[in-house]
Amino acid sequence: MGFPHKSHPRETPVLSTHFGDSEARSLSGWRARGGYRALEQALGMTPAEIVNVVKDSGLRGRGGAGFPTGLKWSFMKPGDGKPHYLCCNADESEPGTFKDREIMRWTPHALIEGCAIASHAIGAETCYIYIRGEFTEPLQTVGAALDEAYRDGILGKSAMGTGKRIDIYIHKGAGAYICGEETALMNSIEGRRGNPRIKPPFPAVAGLFGQPTTINNVETLAAVPPILTNGAEWYKAMSLSNPKSTGTKLFSVCGNIARPGNYEVTMGFPFREFLHDICGGARPGHTLKAVIPGGSSVPIQTMQEADATLMDYEGFVANGSMLGSGGVIVFDDSVCMVRMIGRLARFYAHESCAQCTQCREGTAWVTKILERMENGGGTTRDLDTLLELSENMTGKTICVLSDSCAAPVVSGIQKFRHEFEAHINGKRCPMRSAAAA
Amino acid sequence: MSEAKMITLTIEGRQVRVAEGTSILEAAKAAGVLVPHYCYHPGLPVAGVCRMCLVEVEKAPKLAPACATAVAEGQIVHVHSGKALEARKGVLEFLLINHPLDCPICDQAGECELQDYTFAEGRSEGRLIEPKRFNPVEDFGGDVLYVTNRCILCTRCVRFMDDVAQEPVLNVSERGDRAVIGKFEGQDLTHPWSGNVVDLCPVGALLSKDFLNKARAWELDRAASVCPNCTQGCNIMVETRDNMVVRLRPRSNEDVNKYFMCDYGRLNYRWMNRTDRLEAPLVRHGDRLAAAEWEVAIDAAARALEGKRIHAVVSPSLSNEALYLVARILGRGDGTGAFRVERGPEAPLPGVEDLALRADRAANVQGAEMLGFRRSDAPLAGLRGGDALLFVDADPSVLDVGDLERAGAVVVIGTALPEILRTADAVLPIANMVEEEGTFTNIRGRVQRFLQARAAPGMARPSWWVLGDLLARLGEPGSYFLASDVFAALAASRSEFSGLSYDSLGLRGLPVMAPAGAR
Repeated sequence: MGFPHKSHPRETPVLSTHFGDSEARSLSGWRARGGYRALEQALGMTPAEIVNVVKDSGLRGRGGAGFPTGLKWSFMKPGDGKPHYLCCNADESEPGTFKDREIMRWTPHALIEGCAIASHAIGAETCYIYIRGEFTEPLQTVGAALDEAYRDGILGKSAMGTGKRIDIYIHKGAGAYICGEETALMNSIEGRRGNPRIKPPFPAVAGLFGQPTTINNVETLAAVPPILTNGAEWYKAMSLSNPKSTGTKLFSVCGNIARPGNYEVTMGFPFREFLHDICGGARPGHTLKAVIPGGSSVPIQTMQEADATLMDYEGFVANGSMLGSGGVIVFDDSVCMVRMIGRLARFYAHESCAQCTQCREGTAWVTKILERMENGGGTTRDLDTLLELSENMTGKTICVLSDSCAAPVVSGIQKFRHEFEAHINGKRCPMRSAAAA
Repeated sequence: MSEAKMITLTIEGRQVRVAEGTSILEAAKAAGVLVPHYCYHPGLPVAGVCRMCLVEVEKAPKLAPACATAVAEGQIVHVHSGKALEARKGVLEFLLINHPLDCPICDQAGECELQDYTFAEGRSEGRLIEPKRFNPVEDFGGDVLYVTNRCILCTRCVRFMDDVAQEPVLNVSERGDRAVIGKFEGQDLTHPWSGNVVDLCPVGALLSKDFLNKARAWELDRAASVCPNCTQGCNIMVETRDNMVVRLRPRSNEDVNKYFMCDYGRLNYRWMNRTDRLEAPLVRHGDRLAAAEWEVAIDAAARALEGKRIHAVVSPSLSNEALYLVARILGRGDGTGAFRVERGPEAPLPGVEDLALRADRAANVQGAEMLGFRRSDAPLAGLRGGDALLFVDADPSVLDVGDLERAGAVVVIGTALPEILRTADAVLPIANMVEEEGTFTNIRGRVQRFLQARAAPGMARPSWWVLGDLLARLGEPGSYFLASDVFAALAASRSEFSGLSYDSLGLRGLPVMAPAGAR
């Protein structure tokens, strides 16, 4: 459902069916809509059976990396004598992404149900939902739903009366983007500074409190209950292109577009039709210029690339970008790419955790160069410097924050070099009127 | 215990075999290859943040941090390949953009790893044209000053305080390029071992207030030594400028002090530079002491001692060599020897086993006891009426006039002549411990050598030389030409020391043999 707009007939609502329906927030309302049947079913299954269903469904991580969820769960070995943990990553901070927020606002029980099923599947008695601190409304709705679930005996010492302990806690973030990185998130839950950890060891070996841990995105976990209810085959069948990308995906669309919002489509949906048909295309009097399809950390696409893209993990890669988190940021001809990329770089410079040299210094330096360029002080040499710095910032650090800063810079210079050159040659931003400049 | 599994790998074309779990960086050390690094330190937990030690591992998709990557069988590692060099060049450039190029006024210049690697591998020119970030200098308390602008945020200091001193005072405050090392509210670097953060800092960000602006690193002469300020025997480097000791720094020894030394030891060096020293032998002429030639003075000392029972009061910071010779002088008759030790509070370093500033604030208490000297708070109690008092560089506060009146003769061998001892019959000036070489035996019975770091004043001679000559004049075999000859004689006559020699001790020392029957 294209919340806040009404559902478009070409959407395939699975997760977003009840967006905007405030009754779905309450336990009774959720039950009336078929809620918690999947959990009941899951608690009667062995962990391995659940893992196999999720594996067969082809569900992949919706947070950005697209790692197969069932495979990730299978790294956890229930019965190894160690406490296992599930972390739900609800620290949705990627610029342009706001899908998890809507899941938590409208269907908090879907998330809780997904968390409970996943906890059982990986042998965890404890799950932490790490919610971004700025998400005051989702914090409140998920908190209220958790209270209801505990009161009803769905969670706690004996989940749904099965004797299995499943505890879910909300951990409120304090506003750092980097805490959405899985190992930084675990440090944050532990009460440490939210710095990413060196991998290996991977979380499945030594994660939260040094114990085997699985960490999944909100959208991933919310997709689990319908998979259990309807079966792996049903989910797997929802694919319009590559069989490696299955099910539906929520896309948050923002920027210069007629109908910004959250839209849910089947994997492999043509991006061109998505933008122009479902989202309403450009604003009147404008033409689209570029799109960042998967949150600010992925390379920028030209409209030519976007038009050729089928919306799945492979389709975006084949056309110069990545599916990422599904945060689609659309730019039309009113946007100065230099200014836009400079603003993105500024975000990363602000959010760098300061551990790795390349990221701490590089993000800030790139920002300074881009902002100078936007103000007319750039030189052709700066472009080479930017590309070289980006190269030095890619693939050399503990986490990918610095790579994420480099991606829009490199793709921006490659695909919109003429705009950079116009700034350099004209010694000012051509998008701003002479008076304004 | 089972043997650790061994792994064979190739680093820069050299095959090396190391235990499983070793990092590539340590394996490279074993192969004789230095992987440039900043945040890694063998005495601290791995952080992997400076990204300087990135190396190319064949078949790996990305460059690997050598400090945080374990070796694997058959790995082929390139430290100096084009890709690795480019990555390091990139890191150096990033580190330098906000680093002030104030090497000419920076204490670290000359021993700065940022300077060294930039010189070796960095870019020849900077590309930053924006203003550098600026932060003021901060007093971290204790002996430590934080020059924020020079900091490369390697976090060695933070990890030392967290994991080794186990008193978390420091942190990384702020994020991005605004990040600095911060102090927790209301806390200071007052831990007795916190001065180590200055040594650990690879750049000039953490400085010693004591050493501030005292010398340039390249002006310093260095001598391997042993800290004389307690019985722990931390291995140190004595650094001198123009024959003045200006700094003591730890020297690594896995078996004693790892990489560290305490602030008490580090800062207690001024006595080494005392200028109120005895510079010439003195001999009594009637009611006054007059300067004399060495032979005359030795002669006078021997005459004063001859025919009397001798009671020696010695310093517990004398070398084994000197104490051995004093013991032999006492052994000619039924002489006795005693010493008093200054004591202070003990201060352990929690992160390292059996390492502490010890309560006994003298270097060779163990050695003195092994060589037959009695520890006592009243070391003159053994002085009987008519005895000759042999006073060897001990603390003069143990003396009172009555003791000296009771003595039949007084011979002083020392670095200084306190007022109370002006009644002595003969006074022989000796070098202090940084002016001679010798050995100490530490609290755990480890014999460790120290080398000469500066020249002795005037006519003062090494203690073993003076005592050897005195012994020879008393008719015993005692002519030694080297400190090592004295130690050889000691090793030959004392079973605990048997088998040891200056050569076998090297600069890391060896434990003495357990005396038969003991332990």
